[in-house]
Amino acid sequence: MTLGGLLSGPPAVVAAGVDVFSDALRAQGAEVHDVDWRPPGFGSAEDIADVALDPRRASANRAAVERILAAGSQLVDVRPAAEVIGLRDRMLLHSGPPLTWETASGPMRGALIGACLFEGWATDVEDAERILANGEITLDPCHHHRTVGPMAGVTSPSMWMWCLKDPVHGGSDKNMAFCNLNEGLGKVLRMGAFNEEVLTRLAWMRDVLGPVLQSAVRSRSDDPIDVKAILAQMLQMGDEGHNRNRAGSLMALRELSPSIVAVDAPSSDIAAVLKFIGGNEHFYLNLGMPTAKLAMDAARDVPGSSMVTVMSRNGTEFGIQTAGTGDRWFTGPANTPVGLFLGDYGPDDANPDIGDSAIMETYGVGGFSMAAAPAIVRFVGGTVPDALATTERMYQLTLAENPAMAIPIMGFRGSPTGIDVLKVARTGWLPQINTGMAGRIAGTGQVGAGLVQPPQECFEKALAALAEESRTA
Amino acid sequence: MLRSGVYADSVKLMQVSRDIGARDGVTAVLVAMATPLNLELATTMGLAPDGDASPEQLLIAIRADDAEVLAAAEAAVDAALAARERSTGTAAAVPLRTIGAGLDDLPPDTAALAIVSVPGSYAVAEAADAIAAGRSVLVFSDGVPVEHEVALKLAARAAGVLVMGPDCGTAIVSGVALGFANVVRPGPVGLVAASGTGAQQISSLLDMAGVGVSHVLGVGGRDLSEAVGGLATLDALAALDADTATERVLLVSKPPAPSVAAAVSAAGDKLSVPVRSAVLSPETPDLTAAVEALLTDMGLDVPTWPSRPGPAEAALPGAVLKGLYSGGTLADETMLLAAPALGDIRSNTPLKPELDLGTDLFASGHVVIDFGDDALTVGRAHPMIDPTLRLEAIAAVAAGEEPAVLLLDVVLGYGADPDPAAALEPALTAAREAAEFPLPVVIALIGTEGDPQGWSRQADALSAAGAAVFASNSAATRYALDLLGASS
Repeated sequence: MTLGGLLSGPPAVVAAGVDVFSDALRAQGAEVHDVDWRPPGFGSAEDIADVALDPRRASANRAAVERILAAGSQLVDVRPAAEVIGLRDRMLLHSGPPLTWETASGPMRGALIGACLFEGWATDVEDAERILANGEITLDPCHHHRTVGPMAGVTSPSMWMWCLKDPVHGGSDKNMAFCNLNEGLGKVLRMGAFNEEVLTRLAWMRDVLGPVLQSAVRSRSDDPIDVKAILAQMLQMGDEGHNRNRAGSLMALRELSPSIVAVDAPSSDIAAVLKFIGGNEHFYLNLGMPTAKLAMDAARDVPGSSMVTVMSRNGTEFGIQTAGTGDRWFTGPANTPVGLFLGDYGPDDANPDIGDSAIMETYGVGGFSMAAAPAIVRFVGGTVPDALATTERMYQLTLAENPAMAIPIMGFRGSPTGIDVLKVARTGWLPQINTGMAGRIAGTGQVGAGLVQPPQECFEKALAALAEESRTA
Repeated sequence: MLRSGVYADSVKLMQVSRDIGARDGVTAVLVAMATPLNLELATTMGLAPDGDASPEQLLIAIRADDAEVLAAAEAAVDAALAARERSTGTAAAVPLRTIGAGLDDLPPDTAALAIVSVPGSYAVAEAADAIAAGRSVLVFSDGVPVEHEVALKLAARAAGVLVMGPDCGTAIVSGVALGFANVVRPGPVGLVAASGTGAQQISSLLDMAGVGVSHVLGVGGRDLSEAVGGLATLDALAALDADTATERVLLVSKPPAPSVAAAVSAAGDKLSVPVRSAVLSPETPDLTAAVEALLTDMGLDVPTWPSRPGPAEAALPGAVLKGLYSGGTLADETMLLAAPALGDIRSNTPLKPELDLGTDLFASGHVVIDFGDDALTVGRAHPMIDPTLRLEAIAAVAAGEEPAVLLLDVVLGYGADPDPAAALEPALTAAREAAEFPLPVVIALIGTEGDPQGWSRQADALSAAGAAVFASNSAATRYALDLLGASS
């Protein structure tokens, strides 16, 4: 139809700018919808125009989003990091953008120390600090290895990892993503704790949990667990997949337990494994994160796309990547979350934002699907309408709605998916992230949970880079 | 203390702990389910409960300065646990910030159009939203770089939609008037307009002749420039050709780039619908004549265009023409019509570069000023809305030493001043009284009886202020030339 049917009848009008047009239209009885336009929150007019006019952008963003929506996630194996990603001796992965021992925050240092002790690379804390400080340990971001890790994300060679496969993308060499196993809450390595309790648990996870899960997962290799389907169900059950994983953890346990029980291991070990999983409300998080990672990796490297593929924090800096700029990091100082605290911990005890888990928001769940889990907004004293408003706002930052991730209270609207750097700049609204809070001092562990936003600087840098790239394309 | 039979989720309990901890005299609080983790926390806080705890129990541990505070805090815990969150279950209104969000919010398959009138440097992103959503867009904003205009129009062509503008103030789509447009009857004539006031002149005259318009598709004043190459004009012509309501097309523009004019003319010849040009040029300087030719094409009589005669006072010998216009195309038309009789006419939008006034709006000699030009609307509303600058110029002519004839346009319709005569009348009366010479005033009153301001009502008021009033700008211009004794 010519001009999309524009001339076939009186059109509805959507107007941005001065009122005089809308007033005249209303005087005629025409259907007018005013948008509450504001100047962009950041970014030069020239950069915004150049990105908006990049002729590749519309189709590139469509392609990137289609890949996200199409990506699947199957649990295919559980293996030690040394085998899975070739993590070599004296090398540790961490969350967020690249970092050094000097720039590492308390909980990151705590987790790195703990990992050195766990691997037997250091005899005590001072020894671990020494080898980390003098560069004997190679540090690299999880994201550089198709891996994600919650909070500190510290992954060492003998830690076991979930191995997830996207059955859709990657041709014969299917896309894979990896994540370590969740330790539970409280004093845990990922929150920067490294005491005996932490190391004992890590050793048990290495010696008992990992092997049992491997056997269990491999026993159903002809019918791998559809991890994405669990995430979709979670949104129907009060979870948002980042700060609430209760239903998801129970569903994962339900899926795994028949195979776990059938593993040839002492029944005391089987019982301990089932108890451990059943007692951990965040067990699913480490399955959800690589599921999101698979989808976001499928959308990597789409020239001209202004969509965010990574949001991640290392406790010092927040970093993002976009589909149009490959593996370049755009970083800024991480904000400190606002929320509720355990026991008598308070805001002064909280470390700045940390963890790869913002991959959940990058994928459109977590804070973006806040409406599915209104319990979360109470971390900041919010109400159910606040949760709905948060998700409504995120729709204006994103490129698509993910029909697989339906949010019941939004009329089963799909989750807001595919953050557009351009939309973030134009609205001036930053992505909403739900998160745990680690103690600022190494060794503390978790101090609370709450809400946080990325620093605007990441998006400013990404916008400038996308504009520059569009000018040279 | 431990309590059984009470459950609240951890978020709620953390909230309660925080609120109770903030009370005066309370030094430590832990309200939590008595899980091993929480019991350990309580122990580190020195608040371990007496007796065996089970995870189903609620642990309420409070340390306070005295028993009274403690009792009050305990009561507050009970109250907080019992409190119900006030909730309507509906989202607080989230404002829609962009054209993209606004279009996205419409029910699917709604025929819709976007209007963008945000500052020019930000208009591109909003217009691009509309194109990406497969909708046409009218961009009123000016100050959009020409390379952005070209990029938008190429994107629109690829998406099968139309960009009207930038700097497009006038359109009518299926009877809906967008921006500055007149109330005209529906009918068979489609207009493609690179000129807003040109389109208003033509559609108003057609209405006065009893002929209606199907659509007026604005394309922006630069569309027929070399740089833009008529991208939107060609798309609009094709759209009107396919439109069942449109039987004839009239193309309206200021003088275009010759190569583009040729290309558009060739494209027009290939359409099934007859296309007539009302493109201004030294050879075709008269929009009214174009309307009359179209009426003749349609086998209709040309009416006598409405007017109100003035007091018939003659200007002094040697008087000059002072054309003070709000419509750029009307100013162009006046210059094209008057130049053969008057010779050089200086202007801020001159026919020839050497006649450029620059910023001197009070130059001597024959002058025609377009107060709607971008340079004069920076930081202020269009003269159709804000007459201040033009009223100052009228006073300046009266105070000057040159005998003159004042020639003005007054444009009616949606978007325009609701009663332009009300502001002009005292200004004209004062000017005519102040001037030390006869100051004849001639007004081209562009509009229809159906306009909110009403053509006759405005004409009568302006006539009462001593002006001669014409519905046709070319008729007004010729009358002014007569007064100057310089008929062309």
